[in-house]
Amino acid sequence: MISDLFSVTVLVGILASGIRLATPYLYAAIGETFAQRSGVLNLGVEGQMLLGAFAAFYVALTTGNLGLAVLVAMLVGAIMGLAMAFVTVNLHAQQGISGIGFYLFGLGMSDLLFQKMLGTVETVRGFPRIHIPVLSDIPGLGQIFFSQNLMVYAAYLLVPIAWFVLNKTTLGLKIRSVGENPEAADSLGVSVAGVRYFTIVLGGTLSGVAGASLSIALLNVFQQNMTSGLGFIAVALVYFGGWRPWGVLGGALLFSMVNSLQLWIQVLGIPIPSDIAVMMPYVLTILVLVASVSRVRGPSALTKPFERED
Amino acid sequence: MTETTTPQTGPQAGSFRIKLEPRLQEPPRWYPVAVSLGAIFIALILGGIVIAFAGGDPFLSYAHIARASFGNLGVISDTLVKATPILMTALACSIAFRMKLWNIGAEGQFIMGAFGASAVVLAPLLSAETPAWIFIPVMMVAGMLAGALWGFIPGYLKAKFNVNEIISTLMLNYISISWMNFWIFGVWSEGGFQMSPRFPRTAWLPRLLDYAETFPILRGLTTHAGLLIGIAAAFVLWLLIYRSRWGYEIRLIGDNPSAARYAGIDISRNTILVMMVSGALAGLGGMSEITGVVHRLQTSPVAAGYGFTGIIVAWLAKLHPGVIVVVSVLFGALILAGREIQPSGVPKMIQGIILVCLIASDFLLRYRIRIIRAGSEE
Repeated sequence: MISDLFSVTVLVGILASGIRLATPYLYAAIGETFAQRSGVLNLGVEGQMLLGAFAAFYVALTTGNLGLAVLVAMLVGAIMGLAMAFVTVNLHAQQGISGIGFYLFGLGMSDLLFQKMLGTVETVRGFPRIHIPVLSDIPGLGQIFFSQNLMVYAAYLLVPIAWFVLNKTTLGLKIRSVGENPEAADSLGVSVAGVRYFTIVLGGTLSGVAGASLSIALLNVFQQNMTSGLGFIAVALVYFGGWRPWGVLGGALLFSMVNSLQLWIQVLGIPIPSDIAVMMPYVLTILVLVASVSRVRGPSALTKPFERED
Repeated sequence: MTETTTPQTGPQAGSFRIKLEPRLQEPPRWYPVAVSLGAIFIALILGGIVIAFAGGDPFLSYAHIARASFGNLGVISDTLVKATPILMTALACSIAFRMKLWNIGAEGQFIMGAFGASAVVLAPLLSAETPAWIFIPVMMVAGMLAGALWGFIPGYLKAKFNVNEIISTLMLNYISISWMNFWIFGVWSEGGFQMSPRFPRTAWLPRLLDYAETFPILRGLTTHAGLLIGIAAAFVLWLLIYRSRWGYEIRLIGDNPSAARYAGIDISRNTILVMMVSGALAGLGGMSEITGVVHRLQTSPVAAGYGFTGIIVAWLAKLHPGVIVVVSVLFGALILAGREIQPSGVPKMIQGIILVCLIASDFLLRYRIRIIRAGSEE
């Protein structure tokens, strides 16, 4: 019943899982923020996440070592990022379409590996919840904020770090200048190609982690196409967040709360057809893009390959 | 002349350096073909390496693809059946890409086309006794309208609010799948199964096997009239793009938007129109698949990724409608054979590699590579 939604237990449940579900969005969208600030639209996020999710799941299942699992997912994401960087930076490929190519590759490849190496859906022991002493005992708030797992905390920690790197360091200045005016950056001796390689590989690495957070920290399973558009939503979140880490955090929370609400609606048996509820995040993405596009201007050189003139 | 150096190779790489120069004149006609074939060759090698790495035999996999798709008349017919939806989604992508509108939503428009055509039978708008000559055209129109609506949304958002069409069309793909599921899991479900009831025979496109009584050789061949519809659509699209004033406008906007604006061409209006035509073509594909092959509304055969394959085919055919017809057949073969290849991820994975290689190879069309020995510098 609709009134069930407003009981304290359910509200706490919705908020707690909302905080949890923001995790993959945060990793992927923060990585994408770096890439886009340097002028590269990485649409391969979804594929990188799927491969990262599989790699992490497989390592966790066979070795039980969760740290190693995350590392391997990062490595897989970084390799995908490296390929993406070569194609976009050196070969000046059209970024939207080549990103779809990387998506299809990741989709097919993770499916292939899943069938070759696992065959059936299994579960794995993922990252355990960490109950922060004292704080986690606060009624309500404790469950929402202080009883999550390590990967959730790390995702939120990433936001201020990303903000600091982008706005307060020389590296951040280089990234922003390459995204705004690559010719000027180049004439000042900044390696446009080097910076873009760095941000694309960083984006790939974080997408790998985002995938890992799904398969070994939130859901603890791997299935074909388990991301179902999450990576693409993460790309949209960067637009929504105005290319700023704190804006991305706001967007990620908005989406994860809607997602969590959608899941609870199904759990409580509220008579909204589940297929209609599932649409909500995607419809919201479009609405949010309409609302945000006129508000903020993106990096000037976004999707434009840089050609140096001698 | 401006000269471009890849930053990676740097000015000094050993005793020679590689220089890239933008091409000033059109390369000879064979050159793009050779580059594309080279790109596919490299993609197949890369795909083979991945298959071998994953524990398969690449030669067996590729030989299997060839045998399972062109081995005899029956499988050639099956290949053509698979090529039909790809042909239409590729045509849909080609007109949008021509204007540099990155419509990634042919998948969703295809699904909506299937939905729209099914609605005619299932709503029902026409009774099951309606003769085929009314049924089929009405379903075609319904499918195209539903697809056009699904193209209108991102077109309108792009024209009015400058919303990135790649992201909006991707989101609409997911929405269309949920939308279709909503109807077939609920209202139109057949006895609780996740599919609609079967369409009446009058709502089926004619197939070759329907004529087997007169021509026994056609027995068992499932190629349907959708292929003819697709080829006709390709011809109309060719006329539209290369022989009409509107097609000229679209090409001008794609090649040089500022010149088009100076010439007084309304870019917003054309953005919406092109996205609608693109959506209508994909929707026609959905209609043809549902009335020619599936004969009911069901998720997995409809949402099978034809929209994404269409992107690759359109790109490989350099957006030319005639070439798209040929290339779709090749990709129909890949998908047909792919159904039997285990593990099932192989065809998607190879398609991904082919797309990346193709896009990367465009580089060779825009630049020429010159190797300059150190010392011979001007």
